[in-house]
Amino acid sequence: MDISRRDLFQIGGKILVLASVGATLEQITGAAPPGEAYRMADHWWGMLIDIEKCIGCGNCVRACSKENNVPQGYFRTWVERYEIEDEAKPPRVESPNGAIDGFPPSTRTDLKSFFVPKLCNHCADSPCVQVCPVGATFVSPDGVVLVDQTYCLGCRYCVQACPYGCRYLHPETNTVDKCTLCYHRITQGLTTACCENCPTGARQLVDFKNPQDPIHEILRTQMVQVLKPYMATRAKVYYENLDGAVR
Amino acid sequence: MRRWFRDSAHLIRPALVLMAALVVFLAIRTAIVPKAFGQYGHYRPGALDLVRQHPIAFAGQDACLMCHDDEAKARAAGKHAHVACEACHGPLAQHADDPSAHVPKLPEVANLCRRCHEQDAAKPHNFPQVITAEHSGGAACNDCHKPHNPHL
Ligand code: HEC
Ligand code: HEC
Ligand code: HEC
Ligand code: HEC
Repeated sequence: MDISRRDLFQIGGKILVLASVGATLEQITGAAPPGEAYRMADHWWGMLIDIEKCIGCGNCVRACSKENNVPQGYFRTWVERYEIEDEAKPPRVESPNGAIDGFPPSTRTDLKSFFVPKLCNHCADSPCVQVCPVGATFVSPDGVVLVDQTYCLGCRYCVQACPYGCRYLHPETNTVDKCTLCYHRITQGLTTACCENCPTGARQLVDFKNPQDPIHEILRTQMVQVLKPYMATRAKVYYENLDGAVR
Repeated sequence: MRRWFRDSAHLIRPALVLMAALVVFLAIRTAIVPKAFGQYGHYRPGALDLVRQHPIAFAGQDACLMCHDDEAKARAAGKHAHVACEACHGPLAQHADDPSAHVPKLPEVANLCRRCHEQDAAKPHNFPQVITAEHSGGAACNDCHKPHNPHL
């Protein structure tokens, strides 16, 4: 076969264009997104906590520590009991061992008291993510703040930066650990371990991108609040019936 | 103009060294930064899969309902209708996967009911609570109440 110079250049050019298109396609599609059926772009996770339903049983704390192998003495979620005697004074707050065994009964009916479950607020503008020097912690495309255990150096910047005190250094791996919003469960259609085991429905996993989710109605009609709104972290854990004394 | 290039010979070597260092840096960087880094943001997308690989401990009550019809019916009829099976029975995903290989221990009633129902001023006032020691007179709660449908 006779190939002229002209043909050669034409074929070469076509190959070059095709190859570069192929390469960019591979770049764009790149690593397969996690799961086949689960599409990260269709979800934006958060939680709704109703203070008036919490009975302080500690089921969520126990469930979380079993589901996620949380080391003893560390907590990804915990429950606080507030006792407010005088609005002008700081409240009394206790959380014996994170309330993993519930609370010793309180008989003080002469004051305002209630339980506040706490966990990572999965902020959309998270200070912990902003301070990470190596890109080991991030907000996932579906709105969950996660830690890459293989990248974390254990520098603890994020532990300091979290306004809610939700991170700890794992004593065995020496990397930072925190609530994953049970990412391994919610991406398979289950709810989180804490919500699954809450007997009164005080904790509810919510998906802001699901138009059927009751959260939309609640945000429209009920009084809700996030913790420390002045930090402007765009926290996604909403509290119903929360007292102003809670920090 | 020539003034600028006079005495420039001593700059060439450092420039070459800098260039070489830059090339080495870029080579190492391309070698160790994962290919997909930055696909969704300033992190490694593989971390998402890593987190997702964590095993599940709580099967979720929908799983229990498939096999335990009697308990499901009893519970649905009573006030514990919205209390998940594993809230009392503990994590049983292994049992749900293979029931005969992992037969669960039954919950200790002495501690179980007390955690939720012991009277506490901080609890919501419409939640049924008792001072367990006085209420049961020392008897086990399930002597009188059936755990799946606690109404007498
Ligand atoms: C695939 C069907 C299946 C599923 C799903 C299942 N179980 Fe079972 N379960 C069984 C069988 C069969 C037994 C009897 C095992 C035996 O005694 O060998 C059993 C026994 C039990 C027992 C012990 C009964 C006894 O008398 O000691 C408990 C408690 C129990 N299941 C709770 C649960 C809970 C809670 C779940 C939900 C996480 C669940 N099971 C899911 C089939 C199932
Ligand atoms: C309020 C707590 C509670 C809930 C909720 C609960 N159980 Fe139980 N379950 C118990 C206790 C306590 C026993 C042990 C009864 C005993 O020792 O007499 C038990 C016993 C059992 C047994 C053994 C058979 C029996 O009746 O003694 C099975 C099976 C069982 N549960 C399955 C389930 C399933 C399935 C669900 C969810 C639909 C569920 N349980 C929800 C507390 C609970
Ligand atoms: C995980 C928490 C939890 C545990 C454990 C638990 N309960 Fe309950 N119980 C509840 C909830 C939630 C209700 C429903 C309250 C309501 O309707 O407002 C309830 C309701 C009841 C009621 C009905 C009260 C009424 O007003 O009629 C009785 C009785 C009761 N439980 C007894 C028990 C006994 C006995 C046990 C131990 C076997 C037990 N509970 C274990 C959460 C729990
Ligand atoms: C001697 C039998 C007996 C024993 C043992 C017993 N109860 Fe009861 N319980 C009753 C009776 C009777 C009622 C009232 C009838 C009803 O509401 O169903 C009741 C009601 C309750 C209520 C509902 C109270 C309310 O305000 O509506 C709760 C909660 C309860 N019991 C929890 C427990 C717990 C927890 C235990 C174990 C520490 C226990 N009971 C042991 C007989 C018993």
